[in-house]
Amino acid sequence: MAARRNIPVGLLFILCSLTFLIATNTHETTSTSEHPDKAVNLPEKSTETGGQTTEQPAVEERQWEPTEFQEETVNDAAAEKQDATPPETTTTSAGAHPKDDFQEELVIRPLQSGDVYASFQFRTLWETDFMKGNKVSHYRLFPKSLGQVISKFSVRELHISFTQGYWRTMQWGQPFMPSPPGAELWVWFQDSVTDVDGTWKELTNVLSGIFCASLNFIDSTNTVQPSASFKPLGIGNVTDHRFLRYATLPREIVCTENLTPWKKLLPCGSKAGLAVLMKSEKLFHSSFHSQAVHIRPVCQDSECTTTSWELRQTLNVVFDLHTSGQGKREWSLFKMFSRTLTEACPLASSSKIYIDITDNPQGEQFELTPATHLLSQAVVLGDRRTFSVYDLTEANTFGSMRSLNLKTRPKSGGYIHYQPSKDRVRPHLLEMLVQLPPNSVTEVTVQFERALLKWTEYTPDPNHGFYVGSSVISALVPSMVAMDTNNTKERPLFSSFFPCKEESSYFVRIYTEPLLVNLPTPDFSMPYNVICLTCTVVAVGYGSLYNLLTRSFQIEEPNPRLAKRIANVIRRLRGVPPLA
Amino acid sequence: MAAPLTVVLIVAVTVRACLFRSSLADLIAERVEVVSPLNAWKRVVEGLALLDLGVSPYSGDVFHETPLIIYLFHFLVDYAEITFMLADVITAVALYYAVQDYNTQVLRQQKFALEAERLPLDSLELIRSPRQMYYIPLKVAMVYLLNPFTVLSCVAKSTCGLNNAIVALFILSTIKKNALLSAIFLALSTYQSIYPVTLCAPAVLYLLQRQYIPVNVRWASFWWFLLQYAFMYLGSLFVIICLSFFLLGSWDYLPSVYGFILSVPDLTPNIGLFWYFFAEMFEHFRLFFLCVFQINVFFYTIPLSIKLKEHPVFLIFMQLAVISIFKSYPTVGDIALYMSFLPVWSHLHRFLRNIFLVSCVLLACSALFPVLWHLWIYSGSANSNFYYAITLLFNVAQILLVSDYFYAFLRREHHLTYGLYLKRKDGSEATLVLK
Repeated sequence: MAARRNIPVGLLFILCSLTFLIATNTHETTSTSEHPDKAVNLPEKSTETGGQTTEQPAVEERQWEPTEFQEETVNDAAAEKQDATPPETTTTSAGAHPKDDFQEELVIRPLQSGDVYASFQFRTLWETDFMKGNKVSHYRLFPKSLGQVISKFSVRELHISFTQGYWRTMQWGQPFMPSPPGAELWVWFQDSVTDVDGTWKELTNVLSGIFCASLNFIDSTNTVQPSASFKPLGIGNVTDHRFLRYATLPREIVCTENLTPWKKLLPCGSKAGLAVLMKSEKLFHSSFHSQAVHIRPVCQDSECTTTSWELRQTLNVVFDLHTSGQGKREWSLFKMFSRTLTEACPLASSSKIYIDITDNPQGEQFELTPATHLLSQAVVLGDRRTFSVYDLTEANTFGSMRSLNLKTRPKSGGYIHYQPSKDRVRPHLLEMLVQLPPNSVTEVTVQFERALLKWTEYTPDPNHGFYVGSSVISALVPSMVAMDTNNTKERPLFSSFFPCKEESSYFVRIYTEPLLVNLPTPDFSMPYNVICLTCTVVAVGYGSLYNLLTRSFQIEEPNPRLAKRIANVIRRLRGVPPLA
Repeated sequence: MAAPLTVVLIVAVTVRACLFRSSLADLIAERVEVVSPLNAWKRVVEGLALLDLGVSPYSGDVFHETPLIIYLFHFLVDYAEITFMLADVITAVALYYAVQDYNTQVLRQQKFALEAERLPLDSLELIRSPRQMYYIPLKVAMVYLLNPFTVLSCVAKSTCGLNNAIVALFILSTIKKNALLSAIFLALSTYQSIYPVTLCAPAVLYLLQRQYIPVNVRWASFWWFLLQYAFMYLGSLFVIICLSFFLLGSWDYLPSVYGFILSVPDLTPNIGLFWYFFAEMFEHFRLFFLCVFQINVFFYTIPLSIKLKEHPVFLIFMQLAVISIFKSYPTVGDIALYMSFLPVWSHLHRFLRNIFLVSCVLLACSALFPVLWHLWIYSGSANSNFYYAITLLFNVAQILLVSDYFYAFLRREHHLTYGLYLKRKDGSEATLVLK
């Protein structure tokens, strides 16, 4: 019965060994390239176009070829400098006007409880159309594996997240990108797809290969089509929820094997830019770790004359610095990530680090070194916060928000959509649209019964229990600060994920804790015994009734003694009449 | 005799009302021995709630009742307790009058046999007198109403009580010689759960007997009556099924109710043999053993009918017992129905062989069921094998009980034909064996 788990384990093993091989190979290629001196941390311009390529060796992994860089070399020097002088490079690639754009940023927010919340966001914008007839074959910044997935499966929006740990809202506030524990995948397909379930199944298997996760466990028993929430986050006018699929695997464990292919999707990989900080031995030694990929079509400008595809990769991690034995709250990039930043990704049009200093306006709680003069303010989750900005490429300015009066809007009545489950076919889906009265507590309870499954339907560790995925609360919360409904305006990445449709409220999505339910198990060592014993009982019934039905009462003649019986037998053989 | 019956009814209703008002009602409604996925009250409420929400109750896997139950409880859901108490009362009263009529028949047949001098002299001890049989109907009603199994089933509001009421009305109408009502009630009880279709045979045999039509395939009147009864039965079944279709406008209920009963997808533990067997079954053989177990319920009909063609009421008892033991989701309510017939055969006590052992085992198992369930599910110190073992033992005890009564009945008939004190060829006392 562990056959089902052996396949992803085997796949992981093969991919790990392949990754190891690739890592050793790239190490050799980079060590053989020329490095003038270690003090220079500025990549040269495109004078070495024909230089080394950091392409991966032609190892066929999962039949998707990684992106190729015909650009400068990447310098992976181990200088101690953390940053600050903006380098003078621009990221013009060889060729025509750039239709694709890459931005990266890191937000660091010290939390009240002493932990540090770091959120990486990498966004690639590409003005192309996967849906038209001409096949896109020249990939530059956009990863080819995901582009092929989009065009092959006619995906309109794809959101996938892998999370380890549970977000403690009471101590940490709200995350920028909420995600439930385990793996969560929700996809909007184009309306040209005829067989959505079949496409969904293929898509989950392909994504399972791309991200080295066991997403192949997603099937009809844990897929639902929510009708009221998970509306598209990008543009588009298809809102028929038949094209939406949502699945969650609360049991999924996130580890290095998931981080490595995720990092490979970045244009600079983990060689330059902010992705250098993402080393798994520190990232997984944290209280909360979540990595996600979001693909959606967005408008390029406010009139929406052109659309482009946006790929966002986000990584949220909360470090508990108390575990490292520090008495004081002292942190640095090196302490958190055990790496330092040397340069921006040369392919990025903007590369910034934001430190949240809202709780420290006069510098009394902590001090930032090296100091920076750049400040910006952004409205995130209905709250205006102040950030110190370190621009790794060049200085940018942010517009500041102005506050306006709030406008309240009445909401429509309650709506309940309930789809009961069918055993072994589909899960329960309960969607409720409620308006919560202020200053009150609303409780939603669901009664359930535990079921006994067939012995083959249990996982190899049945006593661990079964996970019930997180519930999702999607809410429009009245905002104290007016939001800007112009979604194409230039904004930091962390505040521009959820589109704003109205000025007076912002959208927030909260995931609850998953539930671990202990189900009664049969004794797995007993199939043969059970079959024998139950059939014995049935046979007892059959035997008694058979005797009573086919036999009749007769007077019993006593058996003669043994000698007489033998004598009678011999007499019968001789043909002589027997004894009395 | 109406007064003692009324007293018994009042006592029974009081006991049930007290339990309904106590805190035990919720506890009992969740016991797996008393309710099964087919007849739990929680599921009826869930089905009605789904209907209010606009979703078909059969779209999920929770509700497995027939549409007529939905229709009934749509109006009666606020009076559920009274409905179930009334169902118990109807069952008891129906059994009372049925057994009374049957006793009259038995006495009459006995009288004819005595006058025709068909009974050997020394078996006159076995003759039953009206005095002995006077209190039997009351005993039957009392055993049904005050049986702890029945009380638990009523307090849990399991729809098994309604099924029992329909079967009791079927028995009453059969014994009162009303073929049409008998066919209608039989169709209703088949519609509720498939297994009572085996009660067709004893009904036909009894009605033939009362009309003095011999059970012989060469007689045209036999076939004519059989055709009539079959037509009435199938006609009413057809009408009921079509009514159910028009109630909800779809045939969804057929796989949800009958497909569920026959294919046993839900493996919730109960007192039957199916759950653990199919929880531990190898997938390859699942269909085979499912067919074997389901055929096992229906397959004793023909042999039993052939053997017991002169005693159709005993055949009804045997069939009810076989259904209660071997059906896919038995509960204690089903057991209570056939156990209420035991006072009718109280004259067989001298031929019963294992009754002490069987009753001890039944009592012990009934006490151990909740204990081992608690140990398995809540304490975690036992495992499923404990509960399964008690299930096996309980079913073996029931089988022994039923076969013991069958043995005793056949033996009494043998003695009535051949005499009570049998002698061997040399004059010494003989022993009877089955050969």
